[in-house]
Amino acid sequence: MSTGNAFLVLSAFLASGVEMVEALTIVLAAGLARGWRSALAGLGAATLALAVVIAALGPALTHIPLQALRLVVGALLLVFGLQWLRKAILRASGYKDLHDEDAIFARELAEARGAASVERAGIDWYGFTLAFKGVLLEGLEVVFIVLTFGSAQGSIPLAAAGAGGALVLVAGVGVAVRAPLARVPENAMKFAVGVMLTTFGIFWSAEGAGAHWPGSDASLLGVLGFVVLSSFLLVRLLRRERLETVPA
Amino acid sequence: MRRLEAFGRFWWDFVIGDDWLVAVLVGAGIGATAILAAAHVAAWWLLPLAVLLVLWISLRRAIRSA
Repeated sequence: MSTGNAFLVLSAFLASGVEMVEALTIVLAAGLARGWRSALAGLGAATLALAVVIAALGPALTHIPLQALRLVVGALLLVFGLQWLRKAILRASGYKDLHDEDAIFARELAEARGAASVERAGIDWYGFTLAFKGVLLEGLEVVFIVLTFGSAQGSIPLAAAGAGGALVLVAGVGVAVRAPLARVPENAMKFAVGVMLTTFGIFWSAEGAGAHWPGSDASLLGVLGFVVLSSFLLVRLLRRERLETVPA
Repeated sequence: MRRLEAFGRFWWDFVIGDDWLVAVLVGAGIGATAILAAAHVAAWWLLPLAVLLVLWISLRRAIRSA
């Protein structure tokens, strides 16, 4: 497997895994508070909606010339990835609270238990909507990443395989434990996803703009190293700065 | 009209996020790379440096506004 393809599978797996852990937390809260029938109906409806988006956009993307696709996808991924990386660096340096699935689960559960019950077609509307919106919004990020990564690297099936692996893992563990996956190193995974998205974004948008990377695909490793090193330096710098401004 | 506005806002938040300046500066970086490449000058080094600068500016803005 080439460097680019290995990165593709790993990135799709990590990014999808992070989003699926978040979606699982919401579905669990909806299921425990409002009943599993409504939560699973919401999950199913959102999965169908996502399948429609994939079926509509997937084939269309494969018809766009590769250089134009890499330019657009690279620019989008770069902007998108920098959002993730920025948040991850702020969290790692202590300027932003760490993402806590247990706390989010408790909040969602309390809200879901407190909401009034409205039944439509035998389904609790609140539980359905909560699960539907949660899965759809987190799922859209997965679809965006899989389609853009896959099409720009020339293999949507490989990206889908990475996402599928994450789905099997997260859903399997979710069904087994029926609790939010708080032990997943989610903040570290988000940092890794931010790094991957930014790396691919730099690589493809530069290529799409007409630049030629020395060593072709192999230079992805160099870009990755640069992004990782820069991110850790920024975390160190900001952490030191924050500690210096905190009164003793 | 309200639905269209909500749809637009969703995609703006989804792609652009908290700091619109990131999108503007990334666009400028890609544009500069394209100009160098069109002039047959090696341009691969420009975007990584531009991204580092953009990240630094965006982090400073986030910390200032916190």
